[in-house]
Amino acid sequence: MSQKIDQDHSRFRKIVRGKIKQNLRKYMTQGELIGRKGKDKISIPLPQIEIPRFRYGNKDQGGVGQGEGEEGESLGGEKKPGQGGDAGDQPGEHVLEVEVTFEELAEIMGEELELPLIQPKGKKTVVAVKDRYKSIRRTGPESLRHFKRTFKHALRRQIAMGTYNPDKPVIIPIREDKRYRSWKEEALPETNAVIIYMMDVSGSMGDEQKEIVRIESFWIDTWLRSQYDGLESRYIIHDATAKEVDRETFFKTRESGGTMISSAYKLCAKMIEEEYDPQEWNIYPFHFSDGDNWSVDDTNLCIRVLKEQLMPWGNIFCYGQVESPYGSGQFLKDLKEKIGEEDDRLITSEIKGREAIVDSIRTFLGKGR
Amino acid sequence: MILPPYLYDIQKSIEAHAKNFGLDFFEQVFEILDYKTMNEVAAYGGFPTRYPHWRFGMEYEQLTKSYSYGLSKIYEMVINNDPCYAYLLEGNSLVDQKLVIAHVCAHNDFFKNNYYFSKTNRKMIDEMANHATRIRRYMERFGVSRVEGFIDVCLSLDNLIDPMSMFIQRAPSKKSRRAKPEDDEAERGPQRFKLKAKSYMDKYINPPEPEEQGPKLDPEVEERPVLDRMPKFPLQPVRDVMQFLVEHGPLDPWQRDVMEIVREEAYYFAPQGMTKIMNEGWATYWHSTIMTQRVLSDDEVIDYADHAAGVLGGRFLNPYKIGVELFRHIEERWNKGRFGKEWEECENLADKRNWDRQLDLGREKIFQVRAIYNDVMFIDEFFTEDFCREQLFFTYGWNERNSQWEIQSRQYKQIKDQLLGMLTNFGNPHIYVEDGNFENRGELLLKHRHEGVDLRQDWARDTLVNLYKVWRRPTNIMTKVEGQGKLLSFDGKEHGERDATVD
Repeated sequence: MSQKIDQDHSRFRKIVRGKIKQNLRKYMTQGELIGRKGKDKISIPLPQIEIPRFRYGNKDQGGVGQGEGEEGESLGGEKKPGQGGDAGDQPGEHVLEVEVTFEELAEIMGEELELPLIQPKGKKTVVAVKDRYKSIRRTGPESLRHFKRTFKHALRRQIAMGTYNPDKPVIIPIREDKRYRSWKEEALPETNAVIIYMMDVSGSMGDEQKEIVRIESFWIDTWLRSQYDGLESRYIIHDATAKEVDRETFFKTRESGGTMISSAYKLCAKMIEEEYDPQEWNIYPFHFSDGDNWSVDDTNLCIRVLKEQLMPWGNIFCYGQVESPYGSGQFLKDLKEKIGEEDDRLITSEIKGREAIVDSIRTFLGKGR
Repeated sequence: MILPPYLYDIQKSIEAHAKNFGLDFFEQVFEILDYKTMNEVAAYGGFPTRYPHWRFGMEYEQLTKSYSYGLSKIYEMVINNDPCYAYLLEGNSLVDQKLVIAHVCAHNDFFKNNYYFSKTNRKMIDEMANHATRIRRYMERFGVSRVEGFIDVCLSLDNLIDPMSMFIQRAPSKKSRRAKPEDDEAERGPQRFKLKAKSYMDKYINPPEPEEQGPKLDPEVEERPVLDRMPKFPLQPVRDVMQFLVEHGPLDPWQRDVMEIVREEAYYFAPQGMTKIMNEGWATYWHSTIMTQRVLSDDEVIDYADHAAGVLGGRFLNPYKIGVELFRHIEERWNKGRFGKEWEECENLADKRNWDRQLDLGREKIFQVRAIYNDVMFIDEFFTEDFCREQLFFTYGWNERNSQWEIQSRQYKQIKDQLLGMLTNFGNPHIYVEDGNFENRGELLLKHRHEGVDLRQDWARDTLVNLYKVWRRPTNIMTKVEGQGKLLSFDGKEHGERDATVD
């Protein structure tokens, strides 16, 4: 039987792709997509792909089961599994989920948002050359002789020539039998990139603000990961002081202290200085806050760190200001005033709400650097 | 791939056992498939050739995924066809293969002998391949997306058929209606003057007398405005919505053909939906009988029991389990004579418990049941209170507050009503074409006979949109939402909803 199914399967994938593209903006403003992800795949609920019919809603309908249990006892959550075949021939009401790879998702995202591909900076690709022994040759130094293959060939030849005697198994390789290990040079592209996320976790950043950052960082990750072979992510939270945390903590922590943005910038600069040589790494510092800072002095300090360290080192420096009821939004104004348009390595974006996420991402990643 | 000799020998020996037990089946062709091909064939509903459509690809992806995650695997597949094709999964243990072969014999027997399968096309493998050819041809001519899009539309309506129409005549068929006037003419003889005319011109050259045009209207009707006097169209509500659309929808010839194909396939699969519980129960009954009484060797018993436990488990309704238990229950009742007036009227529990007339009619009875019953009748007649209690049945429902399914009741009546409700029309709502000229504007009006459960609203709306693509005029459905009669409509641009009185 030929694989006719491949045709139908690729039609299906095409439709899935189309639907995701159509709904991408919705996914990008709602968090529901994120969270069900594996190592390199993500599953996306796509109810629109099912064929609608005049049918009953399952939850209105209920059903019949069999087994022990009191009235009112729970049978479990969302799923209504038709174990052992479709029970009663009713399709379950589970939402169809499809899996896509991050690569595919990034591709769709790039098309839909018209993102330019990123030109890695500096030495375009840092290439390391590595020798690998992975083939066999007929000539070579004796030190690389492949013992087993050589004797196999000798045995084969002797049998063919009729000189092999099983009772007296002596095998003598001649020059034609000899086989040698051989190597190939492999170029390993080393376009390594690191994203350093910084976020203000002081009291004025609420859950909604953090959710926006979470969604935005997911899409930034997805895109940059598709552009670089190795991508690292680091997370820094700050109020009046800054510290590095893991991803989980990053989105969960809430402090009540004041805000000194310079603390985060300094830590970031230190991190780069110690671990990521700007000559070899593509560095993406992202900072999210609601725009409040402790003092004018601190803001000035921030600007100095930016101008002298972060901006020259990073591919770009992105500042996203998430609007919150408590934030003044002053920091963005200061940045624009003190650094302004003169330097296009600084990208700022004002995120007024979930709807603005898409535009903000486009602003950040639209420069292709 | 055809069976290796050792499996072929097993097939022959199990078939011989099955025949000895009285099973009567079509010739069987087994093939052994690797899991990839198995998933492919399963995605196509068991048929080697189907028309191209993305949903098969979707099915395939899901099967493959759940197989590779180890969540499920398909043990057997069997097609209602003569000869009957069935597939075995390569790499299954020998016990499993034996079991599947025995299981298939019983399915096949069911296909051949159950009344509700009597009208199905037994050359469906060929027919499906023909459908595929036709649809491929349309795709080449009109474009893949266009044809596929129309298939989507048809599929969205494919539960609006009349599965029982295969066995009864609801309305005089077109042919007989056309035949009538000619008979009359012969009777009337030469009283009327007629011009010579070719047959196809006849009704224009010799128009029928006014009184012949239709039944005479009684004077009361005559006085009503013309609009009310028009005969309703259709005269009676039509259950087979698809048929109605094929006949009266403004479709291109290729669309009509595609719709007929989808409809024909829906009818082919309908009996399987109608007899799911019985069919699986029957197959399970026989594989366990054949396996335990004839085939199993001592060392295979554990494997067999393990498999059986896997198939018959679960707390939600399992057609294998309820089916096989019900057949066993019937067999026992008829063996012991626990039926008829005397049994029904006996009030003495002790007597009832020890009731055994030693009639030994069980086997005969279950063979009879498999021949003439479908699931609804099967449950209605044999799902007794005793059975319900012994088997620990319950109803469950969705608890909105806790977001979980909960056991609701162990009352016999409620359980049975729920079961029958789910099985009637395979759990599909009853929907009829009420009016093909609704509001005198050529709109389509469907009517949902509400039986206590609301339609799923978002799907209903989307289906109206698809219906519009066929009817090309606004489409409406009369239904109830939360007790209130509603008319949902779609006019090509917007969805409408207004209150209506529904009888």
